[in-house]
Amino acid sequence: MSTVPETHADDLHDVHGDVTVDQVELAEELAGAGLTGTGQTASPDAAAYAMRLGDDALVLAQQLGLWITRAPELEEDVALGNIGLDLIGHARSLLHYAGSATDRSEDDLAYWRDEPEWRNAWLFEQPNGDFAHTIARQLVASCYLLELYRDLTASTDPTLAAIAAKSAKEVDYHRDHAVQWTLRLAGGTDESRRRMITAVADTWPYVDELFEDDDLVERLAADGVAVLPSSLRDRFDAAIDEVFAEAALERPVGRTAFTASGGGRRGRHTEHLGPLLAEMQVLARQHPGASW
Amino acid sequence: MPADAAARRAWDIAATVTDPEIPVLTIEDLGVLRSVEIADDGAVRVALTPTYSGCPALDAMRDDVLLALTHAGYDDVTVDLVLAPAWTTDWMSEAGTEKLRRYGIQAPTGRAAARDAGPVRLQLAVKCPRCDSLHTRELARFGSTSCKALYECLDCLEPFDYFKVL
Repeated sequence: MSTVPETHADDLHDVHGDVTVDQVELAEELAGAGLTGTGQTASPDAAAYAMRLGDDALVLAQQLGLWITRAPELEEDVALGNIGLDLIGHARSLLHYAGSATDRSEDDLAYWRDEPEWRNAWLFEQPNGDFAHTIARQLVASCYLLELYRDLTASTDPTLAAIAAKSAKEVDYHRDHAVQWTLRLAGGTDESRRRMITAVADTWPYVDELFEDDDLVERLAADGVAVLPSSLRDRFDAAIDEVFAEAALERPVGRTAFTASGGGRRGRHTEHLGPLLAEMQVLARQHPGASW
Repeated sequence: MPADAAARRAWDIAATVTDPEIPVLTIEDLGVLRSVEIADDGAVRVALTPTYSGCPALDAMRDDVLLALTHAGYDDVTVDLVLAPAWTTDWMSEAGTEKLRRYGIQAPTGRAAARDAGPVRLQLAVKCPRCDSLHTRELARFGSTSCKALYECLDCLEPFDYFKVL
């Protein structure tokens, strides 16, 4: 870090002092983030939508990063780290675009929003669990994201379409990785199979939220900007069924979503998001305006 | 590649920038350098496209293009990063794939266009860049970076990287 604001003992009444995030310096430092796709400024609705997608990607990336040095084998440290890196790339583009509506940088949105301001779905903030839980979450996430991004490629919003076209190709590889591990764990030892079945059962209550429509997406979908989440459900189910048939797994039934009064899209989160954000944001908040 | 001579000169300078992770490849070989334009007032505008969304090499390439052109005497240089159209390994040059192979990384086998949606997923055999054997095995689909998978050759027994089709 080149510029860390000095902290004195008498500043401790306000840990942030009077230093705020230096937009100019960040913009300079992160000029590489200026993915100018079209140089377009997001409408308020499109920005809110981009923030949902960006939050999904960033929270999942943070979770995957936690596996590095802890995965079952060295190659998995690398694979999960690389998948997380792709997702950070998607999040950067999406949050950069979301921030264009309110003149906030992608870092500002990543590091300076509190829990209720996050719009990721609950699936993405679920803990890593054992390796099977991570793979079950990856399988659901990548099957959903692949269908979403493929459709979003046709968005009437050129920036969202460009980000989607780029992301879909990468998520295709992520899905492939999750499928390979699902097959391997489900068809492996009695223990790995038992764990995979448990992981799928534990993950399933978080699936329905991904496909919920609300006012925002309905407004945006009417203009061809957003993809209606419910329109992806059949293809998602078919893709999952195909994998499960090969892995001799069953899609859990009768497990209803418990998002009726909550739901990440409305800023209500499970207990897992807070600690995740605390870890992700601590450095930026301890040294506001610092550049690396 | 630009048609007018002035822009072509700037292109040739930008095209000397190499990938920090695969230093035998220039950004032109990779297809990352998309356009170079010179305005009437002499301002240079370069467009680069990211390979993988999270690739950390992109920022280095962007800075290197800026430096290369500034050192060559252009004092008004802008480097834009463009997402559309999305980068594909199909844009890698013939010379680039050959340099890659000699460096010990097997170039993408097949075209990205073949990766359309559908249940059939066929991975062609990946050739060992050292002994040209087709008798190879995938060790990890995600290798040292997002763009590479790790293989081993079952004839010469050497491990090698394969640049995945994207």
